[in-house]
Amino acid sequence: MTKQKAKAYWKENIRYLIILLAIWFIVSYGAGILFKDELNQIRLGGFKLGFWFAQQGSMYVFVILIFVYVRLMNKLDKKYGYDE
Amino acid sequence: MMNSFLFAEGIDVQNWTYILVGITFALYIGIAIWSRAGSTKEFYVAGGGVSPLANGMATAADWMSAASFISMAGIISFSGYDGAVYLMGWTGGYVLLALLLAPYLRKFGKFTVPDFIGDRYYSKTARLVAVFCALLVSFTYVAGQMRGVGIVFSRFLEVDINTGVIIGMIIVLFYAVLGGMKGITYTQVAQYCVLIFAFMVPAIFISIQMTGNPIPQLGFGSTLADGSGTYLLDKLDGLSTQLGFNEYTEGSKTTIDVFAITLALMVGTAGLPHVIVRFFTVKRVKDARKSAGLALLLIVILYTTAPAVSVFARTNLIETVSNQPYADAPEWFKKWETTGLISFTDKNNDGLIKYVANESQNELIVDRDIMVLANPEIAKLPNWVIALVAAGGLAAALSTAAGLLLVISASVSHDLVKKIIKPDISEKGELIAARLSAVGAVCVSGYFGINPPGFVAAVVALAFGLAAASFFPAIILGIFYKRMNKEGAIAGMIVGITAMLLYMIKYKLGWFDAELPDKSAWWFGISPEGFGTVAMVLNFVVSFVVMKFTKSPPEDVQEIVENIRIPSGAGEAVNH
Repeated sequence: MTKQKAKAYWKENIRYLIILLAIWFIVSYGAGILFKDELNQIRLGGFKLGFWFAQQGSMYVFVILIFVYVRLMNKLDKKYGYDE
Repeated sequence: MMNSFLFAEGIDVQNWTYILVGITFALYIGIAIWSRAGSTKEFYVAGGGVSPLANGMATAADWMSAASFISMAGIISFSGYDGAVYLMGWTGGYVLLALLLAPYLRKFGKFTVPDFIGDRYYSKTARLVAVFCALLVSFTYVAGQMRGVGIVFSRFLEVDINTGVIIGMIIVLFYAVLGGMKGITYTQVAQYCVLIFAFMVPAIFISIQMTGNPIPQLGFGSTLADGSGTYLLDKLDGLSTQLGFNEYTEGSKTTIDVFAITLALMVGTAGLPHVIVRFFTVKRVKDARKSAGLALLLIVILYTTAPAVSVFARTNLIETVSNQPYADAPEWFKKWETTGLISFTDKNNDGLIKYVANESQNELIVDRDIMVLANPEIAKLPNWVIALVAAGGLAAALSTAAGLLLVISASVSHDLVKKIIKPDISEKGELIAARLSAVGAVCVSGYFGINPPGFVAAVVALAFGLAAASFFPAIILGIFYKRMNKEGAIAGMIVGITAMLLYMIKYKLGWFDAELPDKSAWWFGISPEGFGTVAMVLNFVVSFVVMKFTKSPPEDVQEIVENIRIPSGAGEAVNH
């Protein structure tokens, strides 16, 4: 029983990781590097969008990602009784 | 110095520097005495009871070295868009750290990274390979830091660089040896406050001057304060192309190289032992996650400000000196000229300062560090703000050096002495060994600081590649892939770090050839800085292939893995 519980917990954890890391990849390597030139056609005030993602936006998203992860995991720990 | 005495009003910059540096140093030493370590657990991991916020601040200070504080904004200033590799690379790694490493390593609950590798891969060989990698990575990194400490001291306190290194050694020695991780952690909390204040104050002043916006992150995307309605970045792009440089927002590196460098820096960050070990100091697994988030938040405050400072400084520099008569150059220009950080040769004898991309015509050479160091003077800020930059730079350099020294001393006293050479050593004996190895590490790195081998500066940036190529795959597989065995992990680490070392020696140091091979010889167009990415992939591939042909890990090791995946119960983790 505890083994099954641990397995289910781990599976949900991995699902969160895949989603969050996909976003991590898209904002930095996608928006900031690979598609920078396309996004630079769009302006955000004085910023070209690709440049903004590379030097500002991706970093804000990184911080948000970690705090979202913290919240999701705290909830998950509670759901499985692993919190303390 | 005479100059600043003659023209000063009230207290001059030099005296302000002595006052501010004196106060902050007294603070660090006071904290070290108050928080000295009494046990090995306190020495290695601060007793494991540090709050997430304190650990976040300590991690941020540990992470941000003199390079982040002084050099980064300048590097971005001269490389424009390409500077993003450092911004994203040195922050994105924290996402990997928080999601993939920190919680599990905290649950595992030992003292060092080689501890994890050694136990997870049930092998002394694996532990030895890990100790070797940890020492290699930490020494390459710390040698550069000690030199940095010396340079910062010499510049601000007007002593020579070697005296600067020695002053730095004594201070670090005092609180690292006495306080261990506990002392270092609480001093770093104070150092974070000093350095972030010192970085932000001038940035905010200049942002208001140039754009009228007090938030630098928004300021550099705003219109100029002169009422022209032109965006600052457009103006800088225009100025850059006029002088023959690439557009500031475009950069000049190839896409694949930008990609590879960013990834190598991110993965390397997540694999650096002195960063990982910080997450052993908190109480629970959930604290480790939260602490990583707080650390990144505190780092990002500086990292999102730096590119703004770069834009302000570059624009200011071009506007104040380009095509101006040398005779009318501002006072700061003359002052920094005497330090050799700015130099002007009037090639065409017209008395004007010609600053252009074309090297044969360019008359102005500017050291990148000027961008942060002289920024407050260029913007005519008050003396105490200029002195504050000195205190901030010293805080940044000292906190990083201390963190690295601790990893080195733990690798020697814990991983080598306690785990391999003399397992029956008493707690007291191990603590003495830890302190002695800290003294040894300070002396060795001080030696490199005073007699820097020519390649240190070149190699520091590559410490990330080495960490990416060695630790990262072994730790990730150790947590996420139960079937990975010792043969696979050891082979992966050895192949990864060897590949990185060879590429570095061939393409960065040029020791294999008569002269350094040029860019066209790089594999796939990837620079040595980005090669960590390739070496990491190689490590993963070799690990899998070797694993396929060797025995599965024993039952009890698979149980360790299952256990670290569950967050509860980290508090009572084995206290060995």
